[in-house]
Amino acid sequence: MRMRASEITSKSLYLDRRRFLTLGAAGAVGLLARRAFAKGAEHGAKLTSVKPMGKYDTDEKKTPYDDVTSYNNFYEFGTDKDDPAAHASKLRVRPWTVAVEGEVKKPKVYDIEDLLKMFPIEERVYRMRCVEAWSMVIPWDGFPLGDFIKKLEPTSRAKYVAFETAVQPDTMPGVKGFSGISFPYLEGLRIDEAMNPLALLAVGLYGETLPKQDGAPIRLVTPWKYGFKGIKSIVKIKFQETQPQTTWGQYGGGTEYGFYANVNPDVDHPRWSQAKERRIGEFTRRKTLPFNGYAEQVASLYAGMDLKKFF
Amino acid sequence: MASGKQKWLVPSAFVACLLPLVWLGGRYLRSDLGANPIAEVENRLGFYAFVQLLLCLACTPLNLLFKIGWPLRLRKLLGDFAFFYGCLHLSSYVGLDQFFDWGEIGKDLVKRKFIMLGMGTWVLLLPLAITSTQGWQKRLGFRRWKLLHRLAYVAGVTVMIHFILRFKTLNRETAAYALVLTALFAVRIVYWARRRRARAA
Repeated sequence: MRMRASEITSKSLYLDRRRFLTLGAAGAVGLLARRAFAKGAEHGAKLTSVKPMGKYDTDEKKTPYDDVTSYNNFYEFGTDKDDPAAHASKLRVRPWTVAVEGEVKKPKVYDIEDLLKMFPIEERVYRMRCVEAWSMVIPWDGFPLGDFIKKLEPTSRAKYVAFETAVQPDTMPGVKGFSGISFPYLEGLRIDEAMNPLALLAVGLYGETLPKQDGAPIRLVTPWKYGFKGIKSIVKIKFQETQPQTTWGQYGGGTEYGFYANVNPDVDHPRWSQAKERRIGEFTRRKTLPFNGYAEQVASLYAGMDLKKFF
Repeated sequence: MASGKQKWLVPSAFVACLLPLVWLGGRYLRSDLGANPIAEVENRLGFYAFVQLLLCLACTPLNLLFKIGWPLRLRKLLGDFAFFYGCLHLSSYVGLDQFFDWGEIGKDLVKRKFIMLGMGTWVLLLPLAITSTQGWQKRLGFRRWKLLHRLAYVAGVTVMIHFILRFKTLNRETAAYALVLTALFAVRIVYWARRRRARAA
């Protein structure tokens, strides 16, 4: 029988356990109470011919793969950070289709296999700032959303793009339960935001197929916005004239999370400050940057807008 | 006189109350606190404090419902431990989460109900922890002492709201705890009303 590399206990972990056992009675109690804390995902298939982009990449230290794949918000699988890693493995990612609807000249249902071959896959090392005041640096692999949109030829009435996540009640324990938000998960962008070169449809990270807890097989990444805008496991993209309803935008009567959700240290969430953030792996909090440090690329999209009002 | 079994009640409860801390320590030693260890430690300590306070508030209702005496003997211990974990939780917020950034802490305190309610709960528990001894009970006189210790009910409500606001949504877990707290208060109210009626009759 072959053993997967992930099943082999690393030497340091083994030694840690030894040290731990020597703690005696206290250790034994701790061991009994041990809860299998979610570790990162098993590695996906290597993506071929990923071209490094460089232009928008940050050279900050990347957040380790295990952290990127064990600390997630994906309410379809539960509301705790370790729930997605624990439960997302059941998500069916094949067959998978993405329906393109609404104000486009070529509405069509795309098979994921065709989508994956449609554009060259680029690597983008982006900062990711969660609305909960923590952040990561993630090397995504994907293609610009704008390239896809151009191909779809939106009509002049296409002012907004609405996105929808899959709902699989049999694989998603959070969908059946009561988690405080409604499903399907909905997100949206203004069309000019969607066309911004930073907006990415990610199909992988760390050069490998996207892990399920991170939104397999295809998800949105908008690094200048809070993480919840980056809708996961997309099944529908709809072009429309009116501003789409979004899941968190509707929550609490729209008082807590705005449609734009641009990272902004000056606009606090009503229950916590957004001035600082904890980069995963660091001890002290660091200052949060306007537009998560991407002001140069995106600030012009919001010229003349009151960002305190359109938060 | 406490019988043989009862003699062990408080000491074993004391050890049991320490177990969550030992467990957390074990996870720290194994580097098993996940991607955001500071948040994990802070959240777990707060959760332990919250549960200890709920257990403390459950003693009297258990006594009333099942006519058993032993929960009452654990009340002081559970209350003291609620304060103990509350202190650790508050310290982790100040020392780990905010890293003694007093400006930010001050802003948090005035601007955020969530933080205000958490710290408020700690402030409410402080005099209760200090006066939890029999000596203080005598010094204050039982009536006054009892009146003071009704603050525990207020603390139960404030910590509950603090706990609810800590999550982004009202989810199943928080709803379940809110239900438990409501049930505990309901038992007290029912018995209180019954006693009043009995006295009036």
